[in-house]
Amino acid sequence: MPKRTDLKTILIIGSGPIVIGQACEFDYSGTQAVKALKEEGYRVVLINSNPATIMTDPEIADATYIEPITAEFIEKIIVKEKPDAILPTMGGQTALNAAIELYEKGILKKYGIELIGAKVDSIKKAESRDLFNIAMEKIGLEVAKGKFIRSFDEAKNFVKEVGFPVIIRPSFTLGGTGGGTAYNLEEFENKVNRGLTSSPVGEVLIEESLIGWKEFELEVMRDVNDNFVVICSIENFDPMGVHTGDSITVAPAQTLSDKQYQVLRDAAKKIISEIGVETGGSNIQFAINPVTGRVIVIEMNPRVSRSSALASKATGFPIAKIAAKLAIGYTLDEIPNDITKTTPASFEPVIDYIVVKIPRWDFDKFRSSNPESDVLGIQMKSVGEVMSFGRNFREAFQKAIRSLEIGRYGFGADGKDIYDTEYLLGLSAVEKAENKEKILSKLKVPRSDNIFYIRYAFLTGATVDELYDATKIDKWFLNQLKDIVLFELDLYTYSFN
Amino acid sequence: MRKGKLVLENGKVFEGFIFGFDGTAKGEVVFNTSFSGYQEIITDPSYYGQIVMMTYPLIGNYGTNLKDSESIKAQVSGFITGNYEDDWSNFEGIESLNNFLKQNNVTAITGIDTRELTREVRSSGAMRGIISPDISSDEKLLNDVLNIPSMSGLDLVKNVTTAKNYIVSSDSPKYKIAVYDFGIKKNILREFLLFENELKVFNANTSPKEILDYNPDGIFLSNGPGDPAALDYAIENTRALIPTGIPLFGICLGHQLVSLALGGSTYKLKFGHRGGNHPVKNHLTNKIEITSQNHGFAVDESSLNKDVIKISHTNLYDGTNEGLVHNKYPVMSVQYHPEAAPGPNDSKYLFTEFMKLVDEYKK
Repeated sequence: MPKRTDLKTILIIGSGPIVIGQACEFDYSGTQAVKALKEEGYRVVLINSNPATIMTDPEIADATYIEPITAEFIEKIIVKEKPDAILPTMGGQTALNAAIELYEKGILKKYGIELIGAKVDSIKKAESRDLFNIAMEKIGLEVAKGKFIRSFDEAKNFVKEVGFPVIIRPSFTLGGTGGGTAYNLEEFENKVNRGLTSSPVGEVLIEESLIGWKEFELEVMRDVNDNFVVICSIENFDPMGVHTGDSITVAPAQTLSDKQYQVLRDAAKKIISEIGVETGGSNIQFAINPVTGRVIVIEMNPRVSRSSALASKATGFPIAKIAAKLAIGYTLDEIPNDITKTTPASFEPVIDYIVVKIPRWDFDKFRSSNPESDVLGIQMKSVGEVMSFGRNFREAFQKAIRSLEIGRYGFGADGKDIYDTEYLLGLSAVEKAENKEKILSKLKVPRSDNIFYIRYAFLTGATVDELYDATKIDKWFLNQLKDIVLFELDLYTYSFN
Repeated sequence: MRKGKLVLENGKVFEGFIFGFDGTAKGEVVFNTSFSGYQEIITDPSYYGQIVMMTYPLIGNYGTNLKDSESIKAQVSGFITGNYEDDWSNFEGIESLNNFLKQNNVTAITGIDTRELTREVRSSGAMRGIISPDISSDEKLLNDVLNIPSMSGLDLVKNVTTAKNYIVSSDSPKYKIAVYDFGIKKNILREFLLFENELKVFNANTSPKEILDYNPDGIFLSNGPGDPAALDYAIENTRALIPTGIPLFGICLGHQLVSLALGGSTYKLKFGHRGGNHPVKNHLTNKIEITSQNHGFAVDESSLNKDVIKISHTNLYDGTNEGLVHNKYPVMSVQYHPEAAPGPNDSKYLFTEFMKLVDEYKK
């Protein structure tokens, strides 16, 4: 299908100020989208409250408004600029929320403005837990099991069904007071009873816990003709329980067989159709049980995401640019592949290298006041990231550590370790065992500096199995790290003489 | 691992380390761009006589398992990787790729600059090559390479087809499908068994009479290795079966045989299509399918008589032919692999479409 000629002016919503979890990646995608639409001859109007962005440079859009991203201000822009459509999928959650607000307040209807890229129904279906779960059930995919209960007996029956660990969330308590994770019946009884008491309505949500499962993401695209492609698969080095934004991630997925990967691809195809993202990119996340292989759908983002910036650079496929072109009616086979120029964008990129992303944190200001500040969990804490390319994981990983600008030149062997290699190797057997236990026990709690402690653990004689038990990091990755340590030890056997 | 060499017929030498079976491998060197699926590829009979190189550099990560083999043994002559990863991890895995290759007598080489090798094959075309632990004389190895028979004009099907005909069936089958085995992948049989089918798998050289004596509701022509134009008997048999009006479906080599039987011609591609990301346009629906591909020969689209057939599918990378349907008879065939294994499942609908033809015919 050729591009739409019924649209003349398109409004793009930016993502506003930089916060953790929503940073310059949306400036990157928004700028690409503005350029792509202008290239196609549309008049592009932009709103973004953050002037420290490329997209708000005067020569980028036809008209730029540095105003608060609220329905009130957007309406004023609408009155003045009379856009035919709004593209809300480039500015992260902020832009999607603004689009929903415009819809709820009847502003879109009042001025006859169309949302392109994602419709209100799709956004709601993806964002509402209930609607999303119903949609997944409809297409035969599993989500994490959960149940509201009002008595311990009820809770016990449910936990028999799903097994430990489970997450306990009392209803309507501030900041989740009285909740927690239970690994056995004793803990479970305590926490459920405490939750029932602390909840003002005497209700507790029990959820199957996916902590320690393998985590994967697929960056996918779809066009109006229902053509579907996976741009990139991403595997999280850190297991479920650590936010993707705080996880080391690699692309493409490393530890799945083709059949296992195709299960995710088929699921992603069904999900994007069912949620109804007609055009553009989405990010879909899965958890896989490391023992049984059971696949759980975690969530989908019906927009370009933090990961799509990574996927674009890992593969050379400009997701935001192509998403913008799909939003105005092109199909994937009508858009040229950005790299070859002669073949179409309707393909799945293959690469002959591995990409590693490592998050960068900045806890120094907080650590003294709260020693728990660098514990990683379901809320993202990293303030940036680096990515690197290599012909194997070890190479890409080492390059990424050098690039972090934390004063490290790699995974050990740079004289910057808290525990010097020679010191650890020189310990007596008893001392080694003691230190090993200490380190393994520290590693059970995900923290920003754990990666270096994995190395110390190997140097005190910890095995891959012991480290897996402590961290639930897939043994494939642990073996890769072990190989780096073994190489270092091998180097020690040489001398300049 | 001990040192080894890969020598190509153009004289190019790559040094690496031998893994798998400690021996020598000879064959045509081709590359596959899939990230995963090495076990399927190694056991796919269409790769008979070929040394397969994976462009993705990390191979072995998830080991090997009981589900992924596409035939009862390894079929490739040799295997090449950039980085062989011996420490595998996967919930379905049972052993390392190294052990799998050892048990299957396949010699492999790792530590090769596969990017450079890919460039070499892309620019010079598919070449014969040898993997050898004997690194003393490149000249001797090159001499061995030049004695390997070239792929063109070679009937490799006779090495991989089933010697004895056999029957596999789903519970309470409704239809009978006669399957020509030119080196069939197991997943094609698995796909057919999802329908109510009894499958009788025949040796490649079975006469049309014997096929018709089975009284089939459908006929299937499988994938397979080598040059389709060398298979005179199969082309003739296909030519005889098309006008019977029994629905006929061909995949890969099967597609080439249908084309040749209808008067078309085939040619050898410079370096072939092997991977799981090729976009193919279906002209009947205008939709794009991401397809699994493995072929070194292609059908010359201009040689097909458009009064007899319709072009159904085209490769969007290079415009080569990917499928046809017959105007008069219920005959359909595709160059790519709807059964995937490895690769995306976008094209599984072709089995459903064929079964519709079978159902109509039976009525």
